[in-house]
Amino acid sequence: MNTNTTATTVAPVTKPGRFGRMLLTLGDVAGFVGQFFKEVVRPPYEFREIIRQCYEVGVRSLPLISLTGFITGIVFTNQSRPSLAEFGATSWLPSLIAIALIRALAPLVTALIAAGRVGSNIGAELGSMRVTEQIDAMEVSATNPFKFLVVTRVLATTFMLPTLMVYTVFVGLLGAFVNVSQGEGTSFLTFINQVFEAISFLDIFSSLIKTFVFGFTIGMVGCYKGYNSSKGTEGVGKAANSAVVTTMFLVFIEELLSLQIVNAIRAV
Amino acid sequence: MDNQKRTMNTDAVISIRDLRISFGEYHVLRGVDLDLYQGENLVVLGRSGTGKSVLIKILVGLLKADAGTISAFGQRVDTMSKKELDDLRLKIGFSFQNSALYDSMTVRENLEFPLVRNARNLSRGDIDRAVEEALENVGLSQTINQMPSELSGGQRKRIGIARTLILKPDVMLYDEPTAGLDPITCIDINNLINEVKERYNTSSIVITHDLTCAKAVGDRVAMLFDGQFQRVGTFDEVFDTDDERVQQFYHYNFVE
Ligand SMILES: Nc1ncnc2c1ncn2[C@@H]1O[C@H](COP(=O)(O)OP(=O)(O)O)[C@@H](O)[C@H]1O
Ligand SMILES: [Mg+2]
Repeated sequence: MNTNTTATTVAPVTKPGRFGRMLLTLGDVAGFVGQFFKEVVRPPYEFREIIRQCYEVGVRSLPLISLTGFITGIVFTNQSRPSLAEFGATSWLPSLIAIALIRALAPLVTALIAAGRVGSNIGAELGSMRVTEQIDAMEVSATNPFKFLVVTRVLATTFMLPTLMVYTVFVGLLGAFVNVSQGEGTSFLTFINQVFEAISFLDIFSSLIKTFVFGFTIGMVGCYKGYNSSKGTEGVGKAANSAVVTTMFLVFIEELLSLQIVNAIRAV
Repeated sequence: MDNQKRTMNTDAVISIRDLRISFGEYHVLRGVDLDLYQGENLVVLGRSGTGKSVLIKILVGLLKADAGTISAFGQRVDTMSKKELDDLRLKIGFSFQNSALYDSMTVRENLEFPLVRNARNLSRGDIDRAVEEALENVGLSQTINQMPSELSGGQRKRIGIARTLILKPDVMLYDEPTAGLDPITCIDINNLINEVKERYNTSSIVITHDLTCAKAVGDRVAMLFDGQFQRVGTFDEVFDTDDERVQQFYHYNFVE
């Protein structure tokens, strides 16, 4: 009961607790994702900006992806060799690497590189546009900033991530081939044959779907953090930073989930 | 106290009654009444943090008031749908305090941005002509291919104004158009504001705490403190008072 005697007392605004805040944030995120699906189908479409963002996400990531993919292929091959050698099974290296690359390494490497490069970029870019009122400026000129900024970026990351992942598989395999051709003297044809014998349609399909989801996550989280960035310069840094941290966390959760799903499919 | 009645004024282009908004414990606007008439420049004066920017952001629906009514062109703004609000926003130009130019786009792309998205039937030639005209109006034709980061503060302000003028608004809202600029550039901006009024017969709200600007462009002046417009009238009327807060404002500008 209120012991205050003045009749005009305004009820104190109760601040939501930790759990309440989490629910509020979740609702906010759901609204943001919902708005994406609403805007993505409704014309007019920002084709030019989508292409520009695809270039930004895809082409501009190639140097870093090439390097990390290639090195991942070499290192993984090299590190796997001793264990296989114990059983005299080093001829299995190409199959082992193909499976490892396509099922786990390439999707993860691609997603983590993109989270670091693209996710932080989106968070910082939209964050600074929020802080300097550029997003408000779009809104008051009766244009749709969500459509121009968020929809285009999320589409770009969603479609470029699977593409980049396929590319990572190729450069990874190239690294692996360099290593086995030196170590075991495997010919290119043998290598390719073994690779294609090892991987199945399910491997490729599930990895494509998985990276599709990773790409959506990277774009969504970056945009959400940037679009809702708090005012001030530290808001921009925070948006970029938490975009990366949150994305990486979610990518690993999604990886675990997809593992469960794919295993369940394999079992039937 | 100005004796405006708390009924909507149907002659006014924009009419605000008893507008209130607070952020947390801080009551920024506490019952604002204001009318903007056709073809006038209304200057809003007030110290930093008194809610001048908040006021015009509410006008275009960027912020939502806690209470009060706003009508623009005879329509209620505070109850508008998203679509109606967008139609209204086409008629109201908003020039931001920090220009808010899109820094990843050239000057040309900045000006085109609102135009191509709101008038989809324009030909390439129409768009180019509109951009050139808007740039000529602000005397910056030569900057057309530059990036915002290459412009001076005064140039950025003028490009920001050109970007809002390109939609030929009936009402202009200028948020501190001369803040942070040197005196000569301030005069240029003041002249620009007056030219816009004369050429397009726009009605404008000019927010400032620069009294030179207020005197140069203001047909009427309204002074905001303690969350309300305490004095409204011509420049001389507003400052013809013993009210310490008003005098303080005057001396801070002209003596310091
Ligand atoms: N979106 C917002 N959220 C919380 N507080 C705000 C917001 N916008 C403005 N304020 C607060 O309202 C007050 C008035 O701000 P503003 O209208 O920008 O002042 P000014 O008169 O200098 O333009 C300030 O104290 C500011 O901190
Ligand atoms: Mg302000």
